[in-house]
Amino acid sequence: MTLNQFLQNLPFFSIMIALISGVVCSVLPGKAAKRVNAGVIVTVAVLSAATLVYTLRTGTYFVYTMGHFPAPWGNEIRAGVLEALTALMFCIVMLLSLMGGYHKLDEEVEPGKVNYYYVLVNLLLTSLLALIYTNDLFTAYVFVEINTIAACGLIMIRQIGRTIEAAVRYMIMNLLGSGLLLLGICMMYGITGHLLMSNIQESVAQLAASGEYHVPLLVSIALMCVGLAIKSALFPFHTWLPDAYGYSTISSAAILSSLVSKGYIFLLIKIIYRVVGFEVFQETHIVNVLFVFGLAGMIFGSLSAIRENDVRRMVAFSSIAQIGYIYMGIGLGSELGMIAAVFHIFSHSASKALVFISTIGMTDMSGFSRKFIRLTGAAYRNVIAGIGFTVASLSMVGVPLFAGFISKLLFAQAGVSNHAGKLLPTMIVLAVSTILNAIYYLKTVIRIYVPSGVKDEPRTVFGANKCYTAAIIGFILLNFTLGIFSQPFVDMISEGLSMFA
Amino acid sequence: MIDLDKEKASRPSFRERFHTWMEGEQDLYIGELEMRPPKNAPGADVKGKKVQQDDGRQEVTREKLKKALASGTENPEELRKLVPDTIVNMAESTDRLKPVSRRPLKILFDKAYPVLATVMCIAIVILLLVTVSWMPPFGSADNPASNEVAQRYIEQGLTETGAVNIVSGMILDYRAFDTLGESNVLFIATIVVIILMRVDSKEEKEKLSQEEEIYTDEKTLEPKNDVIIKTVAFILVPMLLIFGIYIILCGHLGPGGGFSGGAVIGASLILYANAFGFQRMGKLFTAKTYKVISFCALGFYALAKSYSFFTGANGLESIISTGVPGRILSAGLILPLNICVGLVVACTMYSFYVLFRKGGY
Repeated sequence: MTLNQFLQNLPFFSIMIALISGVVCSVLPGKAAKRVNAGVIVTVAVLSAATLVYTLRTGTYFVYTMGHFPAPWGNEIRAGVLEALTALMFCIVMLLSLMGGYHKLDEEVEPGKVNYYYVLVNLLLTSLLALIYTNDLFTAYVFVEINTIAACGLIMIRQIGRTIEAAVRYMIMNLLGSGLLLLGICMMYGITGHLLMSNIQESVAQLAASGEYHVPLLVSIALMCVGLAIKSALFPFHTWLPDAYGYSTISSAAILSSLVSKGYIFLLIKIIYRVVGFEVFQETHIVNVLFVFGLAGMIFGSLSAIRENDVRRMVAFSSIAQIGYIYMGIGLGSELGMIAAVFHIFSHSASKALVFISTIGMTDMSGFSRKFIRLTGAAYRNVIAGIGFTVASLSMVGVPLFAGFISKLLFAQAGVSNHAGKLLPTMIVLAVSTILNAIYYLKTVIRIYVPSGVKDEPRTVFGANKCYTAAIIGFILLNFTLGIFSQPFVDMISEGLSMFA
Repeated sequence: MIDLDKEKASRPSFRERFHTWMEGEQDLYIGELEMRPPKNAPGADVKGKKVQQDDGRQEVTREKLKKALASGTENPEELRKLVPDTIVNMAESTDRLKPVSRRPLKILFDKAYPVLATVMCIAIVILLLVTVSWMPPFGSADNPASNEVAQRYIEQGLTETGAVNIVSGMILDYRAFDTLGESNVLFIATIVVIILMRVDSKEEKEKLSQEEEIYTDEKTLEPKNDVIIKTVAFILVPMLLIFGIYIILCGHLGPGGGFSGGAVIGASLILYANAFGFQRMGKLFTAKTYKVISFCALGFYALAKSYSFFTGANGLESIISTGVPGRILSAGLILPLNICVGLVVACTMYSFYVLFRKGGY
């Protein structure tokens, strides 16, 4: 076996390592499970990085057969530049999110159940990797199920009334989404006779050309889109989100907002390119529907965030606006729009997880109150959290040098080069939404830097919690990396998207 | 308990009785149902009216607190111990759930909501029905789905996988990765239910049992020692177990397999627990048993399949042979994998039952 052949095993290894470690964690005590989990995430990150380098060198994707039987009969996974890059980014964000929340986990989760938290995280990682790498629609569905249940567990492992309520809402909405996705996949199978993405794409191209099965094809695409939109909290389906992100333990909130919903969006992009085909998808009007709801989400998410008096819920509502951005990018229906959407997946993961992690540091130093007014002067009480929150806010608003600026720039470029009459709405809504973002994020930044006037308040010493500090510094670096050295990322994304076709 | 004369005097009409029977409040033949949520439990449904969340608990707690205060306890920590955590959590977390002001627009929304939801549902149903009418006819030979994929499964499935049962060959050999994911769905579902329901610490357990004493009478928690159930279970359980094992072991030879066999075994375990009580079942099946079984089964499944995937993808020689089709020891990994899946399914079913029933093994 040559080295090249061996390197093609890496995606398979990363999925299997994460899966087996999930089972192993269920019998380990909490602390050991934590170590295993961290080790696994680091290993998977290294493997993904190696895959990324390999695919960049060879300049092409590769297909890996899962078993003795070739593709339409057996399962297969497929790795290109974009898959490997996404896997790498997800691993980094997941590790940093966990590091930022270790200290809260010990407080908020029953001691006997801590190891189950890592079981959930490991299986969540498995499912994300499988969603990223899979080349088979049904495999995608199976891992969507794991993803949903794991996310539900992550929400309610902190057992207070609100998280249970949030988990129930999450479960109902997400099962509806899964059901619609499954219906869409079944219809797709019925009219094409395949589950393998490459084969479906061929059949769909034929069907679209001949006009045969036009109605089922359209409905099937629509069902898959709506299902995944519900699961990733696109605007009118966002009601499950604020409580789920606002009350769960902080690592869960960071992981859910930055990875789980993004995993579904990645699957949607994969379906658009690899299953339906980009041209066929553009010809359907579904792309316009996604565009409109993306725009609506950008406005209404921000408006709700401005009205909110609870910091955690404000941050959660801001996620709805950001998901709106991504769907707007997809809805532009152009290569540039898609690149912007994918870049925003990364930049939003890096900033939103940082917002959550730094918020918890400040609320903990403000008498555990999440009320906006109690945060006065919080940045002096917990310096590192204050810095983290400021960086993340500037990135969210879209100030140059930060990750969010690049994604807004890419969105604007994509909007300008659009000829389908989407130029004006894109630009106007982008501008309005940016101002709204600035209102609630900068309002909070100003609030945390206003001295509270109380003398001798308790302060955390810088670096008192090494893990937490390291997580915030890591996130800040990630933000700057995405914001300053953005061109290599954009190149990789566009190369990866061209491998999708 | 029931005053018979009074009952006769105000005998409810058939419609009313049918209604109460449908609601599950009363059994027409023997009166009160055996298993029924206690009347004062939170969320219990008494004659169409939801019992106010937790009013019973709060009252009891209030009385306890009064007594404690009267006897001169003023230590806040001790007083706090008297209040169940559920109430504290509820008080902390219901502030946002209070009904919003009744503005006219809100009232209009509340009225329009069910109507619009119904219209929406009907529209989606019609849309889907129309779509189905455009789908390829069911079972027709020239469907897109009857293509080379299904053809190879049927024609070469036996020789390639060694399994007489094509379905087993498909799910555990051709598409084993999907099934590996599927068995992990069961595993993670159990983990989540454990997180939700399992009562871990001793203090919690004691608190819970104290609360239970107040709100439930014995019959609602444990089934009675019913002679009929016991006798039937005594006869049925061994047969069900053997049948389940047979279904699992012969999954590659005929209809059956891990999922269906595991369900049968799980059902028989539940029947046993119902008839003879959890104490006896606890000797056989504890949380540790579940952990060990699921760890071994899923660990073996993942490792065995990893080996098979690795050899298959890299074109290496695999030591697993398909054997002679039709023998019990044939079809390569399918038999052991069926056993693994069966164990996981059985454990999952029983765990769900036990966890929802009493929050622990």
